[in-house]
Amino acid sequence: MSHDGPVPDELGHYGRFGGRFAPESLVAALDEVDTEWDKARQDPQFKAELDELLRDYTGRPSPLSEARNFSEHAGGARILLKREDLNHTGSHKINNVLGQALLAKRMGKHRIIAETGAGQHGVATATACALLGLDCVIYMGEQDTERQALNVARMRMLGAEVVPVAIGSRTLKDAINEAFRDWVTNVDHTHYLFGTVAGPHPFPELVRDLHYVVGAETREQVRERVGRLPDAVAACVGGGSNAMAIFAAFIPDEDVALYGFEAGGEGVGTDRTAASITAGSPGVFHGARTFVLQDEYGQTRESHSISAGLDYPAVGPEHAHLAQTGRAVYEPVTDAEAMEAFRLLCRTEGIIPAIETAHALAGARRIGERLGPDGVVVVNLSGRGDKDVNTAATYFGLVDSEDHT
Amino acid sequence: MGATALQNTLARARDEDRAVLIGYMPAGFPDLESSVKVIEAMVRGGCDVIEVGLPYSDPMMDGPTIQRAAGQALQAGTNTDDVFRVVEATAATGAAALVMSYWNPIERYGVERFATELAKAGGTGVITPDLLPEESAQWRAASEATGLDRIHLVAPSSSDRRLALTTEACSGFVYAASLMGVTGTRAQVSSTAEELVRRTRAVTRESELPICVGLGISTSAQAAEVAAYADGVIVGAGFCQRVLDAPDLETGLLAVESFAEELAAGVRSR
Repeated sequence: MSHDGPVPDELGHYGRFGGRFAPESLVAALDEVDTEWDKARQDPQFKAELDELLRDYTGRPSPLSEARNFSEHAGGARILLKREDLNHTGSHKINNVLGQALLAKRMGKHRIIAETGAGQHGVATATACALLGLDCVIYMGEQDTERQALNVARMRMLGAEVVPVAIGSRTLKDAINEAFRDWVTNVDHTHYLFGTVAGPHPFPELVRDLHYVVGAETREQVRERVGRLPDAVAACVGGGSNAMAIFAAFIPDEDVALYGFEAGGEGVGTDRTAASITAGSPGVFHGARTFVLQDEYGQTRESHSISAGLDYPAVGPEHAHLAQTGRAVYEPVTDAEAMEAFRLLCRTEGIIPAIETAHALAGARRIGERLGPDGVVVVNLSGRGDKDVNTAATYFGLVDSEDHT
Repeated sequence: MGATALQNTLARARDEDRAVLIGYMPAGFPDLESSVKVIEAMVRGGCDVIEVGLPYSDPMMDGPTIQRAAGQALQAGTNTDDVFRVVEATAATGAAALVMSYWNPIERYGVERFATELAKAGGTGVITPDLLPEESAQWRAASEATGLDRIHLVAPSSSDRRLALTTEACSGFVYAASLMGVTGTRAQVSSTAEELVRRTRAVTRESELPICVGLGISTSAQAAEVAAYADGVIVGAGFCQRVLDAPDLETGLLAVESFAEELAAGVRSR
């Protein structure tokens, strides 16, 4: 479980990015999380407990499936899918959540709060809280509660309180603002179970480390299957947790190209996009220095993506660093390209991916075209698309009635 | 460099054996011109120092009242250059004019450029609620070069080590958050406030850095209670609420002025 990619400096900097831009009220809690995680990762009992949950509850290791039919639509390159969609709760999010929930118990915090965009992190958090007997409050933008109604019901079924956030753009960024306001007020007994590799130090490092297992498994599985490392690893990037999950173990492998696919929305030339690395600029947002969609005065621009999970105007600071150093390449994928890849995977492989993940699949098609039949591309299939059936059915006109909102 | 307007104001109040009254108002709320009128009413009522808020799209540390006020200012199109115009008007009233801003708008404007423009407008310093001393090297250099005060926050959860670190980074005063939470009115002042001021005094014995207390203070009695142990009392949401509640600007100005008078009496009743 707890291996690292490159370690940020002591204050959480990845090159010029990262750090901690947070109210002083939260510093003690952030330091506590940092210190306890350092202790926990070296504690054999903690490690055993987490490993057991990952194996027997989550279902790790997740399989690596070869997408032979989809490959025909990706330049004939071999396309390998890391099946995080087959984890319990349906996405990679559970890896981080179980680790942080155990950490919260260790710190004596009995109340968990979390933000969610698509609902996957919220569902995973509600699940872990049900299992471990923790109180759970999930903040979710009101617009997201509408487009991901199924996940709202799932969270409530699991015993979580879901709070729709009706201010600002009513999406993920506003849910995070509200969760921070809750945390600063209730920090003595509450842990903020942050869901992505963003936020103030140590969250980007903690979340990455708890997901490290994804890339580590993939590396071994690809070597076993293909006899060598892949040419490229692809993942979608909103905040960037599933991308960092599969990138981290490959960062030292310089011959393996790393590709992050951002949500281009209606196009990076329009103001309806969520591609913060491609279309944003360096700034400070949600506690870290990173790429942000912002205007000339530093006001956050509203993001847009057809996928709620990528509809976020910034990105984790380590991604900003990987982009700046050139170790990873970030490209935008439009709503339309993502939906085409979504449709293709459904029809060719019988796998309904999350719309977030479909951005990575669209990107893999591009990489495959460049590499041709000798190429090997791994895609982090970060989540399943059950939650997106309504959105996709509307998009493709698969429902008869007009009344499908 | 000589003493700043803020430092002079605090020293004068110390001589008069009273606390200063610091009032917060976002620039551009409810619109640019009106926000200047509101601030003038605050000063007429007895505010010694005005924190001109720079409205930001993601005010993570603000409760619903200030979120609404700052949101209206943004809706009205307020930008950083407008904030400097409000600072200029504030300084013209004779009150010390501070800016309260989240960090990103300052960084985006350009740290040195921001400091230069603020000093030119007659501003005396900046309160930075999400800038920790660890990340403040550039701001420290820019503020020192332009003679602006740097106000960071301490909180009830701050360790003694951090109280020393933060107060060392401050000039003018240190902002002591009375409680763990966001801005907004509270029925009573948290008991953690006095303890925090006591602990902060212990690390500022040599520097004699003034300590002003904010968060949750909204009545004359609360102001008096805090003035008994702090050098300044900071009130924000209470002022914004009076503007939000008023049916028209004139009524709002009267309400703001008489609220400031009540609070000004409070900070004088040591």
